[in-house]
Amino acid sequence: MAALDNADREGVTEIREGVDRETVETVQSMAGKYKHGWETDIEMEYAPMGLNEDIVRLISAKNEEPEWMTEWRLAAFRRWQQLDEPKWAMVDYPEIDFQKQYYYARPKSMAEKPKSLDEVDPKLLETYKKLGIPLKEQMILAGVEGAEDAPAEGRKVAVDAVFDSVSVGTTFQKELEKAGVIFCSVSEAIRKHPDLVKKYLGSVVPQSDNFYATLNSAVFSDGSFVYVPPGVRCPMELSTYFRINAENTGQFERTLIIADKGAYVSYLEGCTAPQRDVAQLHAAVVEIVVLDDAEVKYSTVQNWYPGDEHGKGGIYNFVTKRADCRGARSKVMWTQVETGSAVTWKYPSCILRGDDSQGEFYSIAITNNWQQADTGTKMVHLGKNTRSRIVSKGISAGHAQNTYRGLVSMHPKAKNSRNYTQCDSLLIGSTCGAHTVPYIEVRNNSSRVEHEATTSKVDDDQLFYCRSRGMDEEEAVALVVNGFCKEVLQALPMEFAMEAQQLVAISLEGSVG
Amino acid sequence: MALPQAKLTATEVRLAGLSLPSAPGWTRLAREGALARVQAMGMPGRRDEYWRFTDPADFVSAEPVPATHHARQKIPVFDGMDRVRLVFVDGVFDAAASDDPALAGIEITRLAEAQGQDIHWAADLYGTLEARGQEPVDRPLAALNTAFATDGFLIRATGRAEKPVNLIYRHESDSSDAILHHVIKIEPGADLTVLENGPAAARFNKVMEVEIADGGAFHHVRVQGRDHDRRAATHIFARLGREATFKSFTMTANGALTRNECVIELAGDDGVAHVAGACVGDGADFHHDDTVFVTHDAERCESRQVFKKVLKNGATGVFQGKILVQPGAQKTDGYQISQSLLLDGDSQFLVKPELEIYADDVACSHGSTSGAIDETALFYLRSRGVPRAEAVDMMVLSFIAEAVEEIESEEIRGEIVERLVQWLARHRG
Repeated sequence: MAALDNADREGVTEIREGVDRETVETVQSMAGKYKHGWETDIEMEYAPMGLNEDIVRLISAKNEEPEWMTEWRLAAFRRWQQLDEPKWAMVDYPEIDFQKQYYYARPKSMAEKPKSLDEVDPKLLETYKKLGIPLKEQMILAGVEGAEDAPAEGRKVAVDAVFDSVSVGTTFQKELEKAGVIFCSVSEAIRKHPDLVKKYLGSVVPQSDNFYATLNSAVFSDGSFVYVPPGVRCPMELSTYFRINAENTGQFERTLIIADKGAYVSYLEGCTAPQRDVAQLHAAVVEIVVLDDAEVKYSTVQNWYPGDEHGKGGIYNFVTKRADCRGARSKVMWTQVETGSAVTWKYPSCILRGDDSQGEFYSIAITNNWQQADTGTKMVHLGKNTRSRIVSKGISAGHAQNTYRGLVSMHPKAKNSRNYTQCDSLLIGSTCGAHTVPYIEVRNNSSRVEHEATTSKVDDDQLFYCRSRGMDEEEAVALVVNGFCKEVLQALPMEFAMEAQQLVAISLEGSVG
Repeated sequence: MALPQAKLTATEVRLAGLSLPSAPGWTRLAREGALARVQAMGMPGRRDEYWRFTDPADFVSAEPVPATHHARQKIPVFDGMDRVRLVFVDGVFDAAASDDPALAGIEITRLAEAQGQDIHWAADLYGTLEARGQEPVDRPLAALNTAFATDGFLIRATGRAEKPVNLIYRHESDSSDAILHHVIKIEPGADLTVLENGPAAARFNKVMEVEIADGGAFHHVRVQGRDHDRRAATHIFARLGREATFKSFTMTANGALTRNECVIELAGDDGVAHVAGACVGDGADFHHDDTVFVTHDAERCESRQVFKKVLKNGATGVFQGKILVQPGAQKTDGYQISQSLLLDGDSQFLVKPELEIYADDVACSHGSTSGAIDETALFYLRSRGVPRAEAVDMMVLSFIAEAVEEIESEEIRGEIVERLVQWLARHRG
């Protein structure tokens, strides 16, 4: 009998380790709550609080921008004053006083632009080190199994780090230059590559696009700029790491990615913020231009501070992301893991203008406690034979509200186009909500559109099975949820997939029992 | 909140030609309340989210767009059935053409007559479900109806009705503008079938409020045809008690503009609500909109929405469906499917299938597809010697079948299929 017991126990251990060691270990090792909640004590330089034309001019001046850029911002600002905040999303938050925000903050040490990473304030480097972001070149991303054995080329990731309002450094610039790839901060691009910026900035998300995008157009302080020349496959993954640090400061970054004919680039975005009682504003714009035969992969792991378990504090995340597949056979893939933010309002979209172009959207949105997420995508099919695929997984726990909102539009000229949409929602606990609001507009008959959505709860049988194998309830839920998200996790680049999987477990902590 | 100027003006324009009845009797409070709602909400406009896919302009204009009426069908739909016919001509009750309501074995009175009485069982219901249905989405056309309805039937079933009640809406004047309001009460354990057919009027605004008590059952089959230019905005507001059943099927063919809203509240445990629709449309001036809102507010209820649309020559089909599961409505089973078959490149299908769920132990799903006729299947049929036009019709019928099968009565189902076959034969090519 004793032998049998032992065998059983061994069996248990085996399954625990074999099935999902990462998740289980993560939950154990990161037993705290939000792990990026600390703040860096660094001397900051702020623009005066509030927003008016002078602030817009000041931001422009701080970035040493040419006249045309200042005018561009002012035009956006004037437009913004006439717009109303959108109210249609299923999110509820107290009125934002846009005059009670700082629109520009940068570390004092950045007043003189450092010429290389060696000159960057060690405190800043320390911040990123603590976040696990390798700003020192050649550093290997932590946590990737087998990285040591992989050829050096394969594991380099160039990083542009944005701290509050400014870019503090971009790694691997030289090596990228050799390939002809431009990867720098937007402010630098405006100075060094004005023609490219002039041509593409605002061409996907115009200044007047929507309330938050217009605000961003007026006050964006920095962000990343990527240009991949024709036929070039970007030799490494590019990455931007956003960190909000200063208090009462809105972060407004603007990313512009251009993949010229036949180019390929994979881009990663990560974000964190300190733990604070007061909600903070984040309104970013990402524009992607994809020309003939080019391909862009854009992956996000959004982990802004979500507020505490009583819904106090957190980031209000109002983001406009859009890719314009201008060229024939161009391709864009959005992958997002949304675990943070108190309020998320975000719809990464694809304009499939070029014939045979392709858009994909993979999303995991996890809301716990009092978080609210209203997120999804728009697939606008304009060209012939365009294809899109949407896979959205929403997980709601605690008192959270999680909404998928999407649009699939087949224009009359988008002959023989195809869309497949799958939205699944998982509810954990009886006090949360999961909602699906898809819009489908089919204006030609040679296109096929399929939409499926399901809502269910974590399966009791699956939980029971896991628990009977010795897992505690939280481990079991994390495992089931990871399985539920598998399709999306697999679409992420490997380093991100690891982080995302860990986040899935962390975000749901305290959601059961 | 004050209404925008455009809405105020539109509302004034619409209200200008209408007046409350001089002796509204027990409906007075309901009518005044509804008028106040209309004034607070304003008439719908193109910019309203709920009217995103359908332009309500023709519903809110001062005068209806004229609609030529056609000679009556030789054999009207449901003709072979044993039923009690209640006929309206352009919204005016025609007693001579109607059967004696008493034959149905249930209580049937006319709104225009009953509102003169001091008290009436319908006093608690008239406008009540409509008012409840205004949350969370405004339905101003329904409130307008409650305020200004000229007639309608108040039907109360206390047991099993002997015959189905057939409301027939004839259309004989090119400029008629009809507003009818029916109230139906199904007492515990009672069972009633209501059939509706006919083009009604150039412009038709109809509300049907249905209260189904515990264990009651209500079956509804409607055929909306036939006159090409007619416009109709209809609402059904249903509230179900414990173990109650509500089943509604609508077939729509022709009509320049149709908006059918169905608002269902599952208020008692173990209720069942099915809404289905089949629509066939030909021509760029055909616009059909099904808007359904099902609220689950009790445990173990089941709801089904099945909508199929066949569109050709630039026709437009719209489906807005929502399943709302309130906190505590555990073990809900919600299903929704909306599909279109587009027979040419100009037709369009615009859909918004929504789920809003606040309870965790539920199984809710929705699906929506749109596409052309499957050429492989067509080829198969043709290779078996079926001529192309007939093969297309066969495929259309099989596509619509899932919706038609929602009708419980085999007799009615057969009748609907027959009508579909005739329509398809008339609209080949």
